[in-house]
Amino acid sequence: MNKKKKRKWNLTPYGYLLPCMLVFAVFLFYPFFKTIYLSLYKTNKMGEAKLFVGLGNYMELLTSESFINSLKVTLIFVIIVVVGSMLLGLITAILCNKAFPGIRFFSTAYALPMAIASSSAAMIFEIMLHPSVGIINKLLGLDISWLNDPKTALYCVAILTAWLNSGINFLYFSAGLGNIDETIYERASVDGASSIQQFFSLTLPGLSPIMFYTLVVNIIQAFQSFGQIKILTEGGPNETTNVIVYSIYRDAFFNYRFGSAAAQSVILFFIVMLITLVMFRIEKKGVKY
Amino acid sequence: MTKTISKEQLLALKQEMNKKALSKRRARMGLRVVTNILVVFVVLLPLLYAVSIAFMPSNELFTMELNLVPKHPTLTNFKDALINVPLLRFILNSFIMAGCITLGQIVTCSLAAFAFSFLEFKGKGLLFMVVMATMMVPGEATIISNYLTVGNWGILDTYPVLIIPYLTSAMGIFLFRQFYMTFPVSLYESAKSDGCSNLKFIIKILIPLTKSAIGAMAVYTFINAWNMYMWPLLVTGSDKMRTVQIGISMLNSVDSQSITLMIAGVVMVIIPSISIFIVGQKQLIRGMFSGAVKG
Repeated sequence: MNKKKKRKWNLTPYGYLLPCMLVFAVFLFYPFFKTIYLSLYKTNKMGEAKLFVGLGNYMELLTSESFINSLKVTLIFVIIVVVGSMLLGLITAILCNKAFPGIRFFSTAYALPMAIASSSAAMIFEIMLHPSVGIINKLLGLDISWLNDPKTALYCVAILTAWLNSGINFLYFSAGLGNIDETIYERASVDGASSIQQFFSLTLPGLSPIMFYTLVVNIIQAFQSFGQIKILTEGGPNETTNVIVYSIYRDAFFNYRFGSAAAQSVILFFIVMLITLVMFRIEKKGVKY
Repeated sequence: MTKTISKEQLLALKQEMNKKALSKRRARMGLRVVTNILVVFVVLLPLLYAVSIAFMPSNELFTMELNLVPKHPTLTNFKDALINVPLLRFILNSFIMAGCITLGQIVTCSLAAFAFSFLEFKGKGLLFMVVMATMMVPGEATIISNYLTVGNWGILDTYPVLIIPYLTSAMGIFLFRQFYMTFPVSLYESAKSDGCSNLKFIIKILIPLTKSAIGAMAVYTFINAWNMYMWPLLVTGSDKMRTVQIGISMLNSVDSQSITLMIAGVVMVIIPSISIFIVGQKQLIRGMFSGAVKG
């Protein structure tokens, strides 16, 4: 009787998976393979594959100065954003590690950037960095056109993005600090370890599992920044802020070169996947639980 | 000869040490508060600045002096922003979009998570891995094909096109499954033997028991949907369908005299997402961190 029941192919479980699998299939799996397919073709303005070129789009990209620049810009951007947002998240989390009057206000404030849209934040920063009325120039007594200067534009959008992403990092690190056993600090104090020693030999290793998770999430997120760049610099000046995602957008929706844009998407996917896999490799070796 | 300490001396010494420790602790606490105040000022500066500019008459902005707070606060910027672009319509659109996405994700994710945690079926492990692998695909890598798909369907510039692609999320399935796994299978089996159907089990038992996960998920999803930029930018074209994030950038292109007006618009758009965040913050933290990221 039992065996008979088992042998019957039961469809109910698949019914519960149907809604989510349908969405995944249409808007994730299908477009994923379609993108790979498109990347092997030259397309017309409607985005229909017309001429098979094999790896032609990739070869063109890898020899184009603009795309190499794009890769370089993306790398610098991601590094600044990840380091900046994780540092800010870590500092604020440590500041709120022990109870003090007003802690609830402060921890809400530190997490707040996660609730703010990249486009809204970009418009605020645009005014803050405005050459004549902006508060940054006024406070520093400078007269710099931050967003039109090829030397500063990338740093500005990167710092803005770091600020935006720091909110959720504060929450991650706060959770991580909460998981560290308080008594190890007491023992360390008795043994005469200074606060700085304690930070490097107790706090950081204790945070390493969450640190690792946060790092992966932050890298992936940084690669996807788009709104702030579209609003603040549109990839300029001189393509100094033309990160891959913006380059994809421009190629597909302004130049109608869907094939090339698709090839860039595939490259983006492989970069993100490679980084994720490498990180998980490192985790297995380095993170102490 | 050993020096003996009288009881009084000992007590005095103890008191002195206690006092020292107390003042040290107080100094540390003071330092912590002061540092926090400085850091919070830096973190909140963009928002405080935005609020200040939003209330500033536009002629006050164009001076050489440092103008941190408006001398004659005014509400005209808000009024003008509402007149210049159909901001209320944008806000309504965003509410509809974010609300439907949130509700949809909660439904599809709890159904899928139920199957993954309580039911046995062929290919369960594989399917779950496939779902988790989707987290690695950056949305931008599929956005071109998705745009072409919805274009072919002829549903550009409608609510469904804004909502349908986001009706499920791997993170949500993972989060709910993480919660469901904490319940013993016997809970499900006994409900089943009492004649409780699967759907009834989800609605009557699982959902009430996982309110905190649902709350966290709702806050997180709503804020993210409210803040979406690239997809709505691509698929909406008319004022009737634009979401707030695209709508306010329309204020950006007007002449530079209207900076204050634009920032007033930004402030109005930020308020809903910030309020939801502040109200739901506790839920969010409790739900997201009680099981999911413990390492």
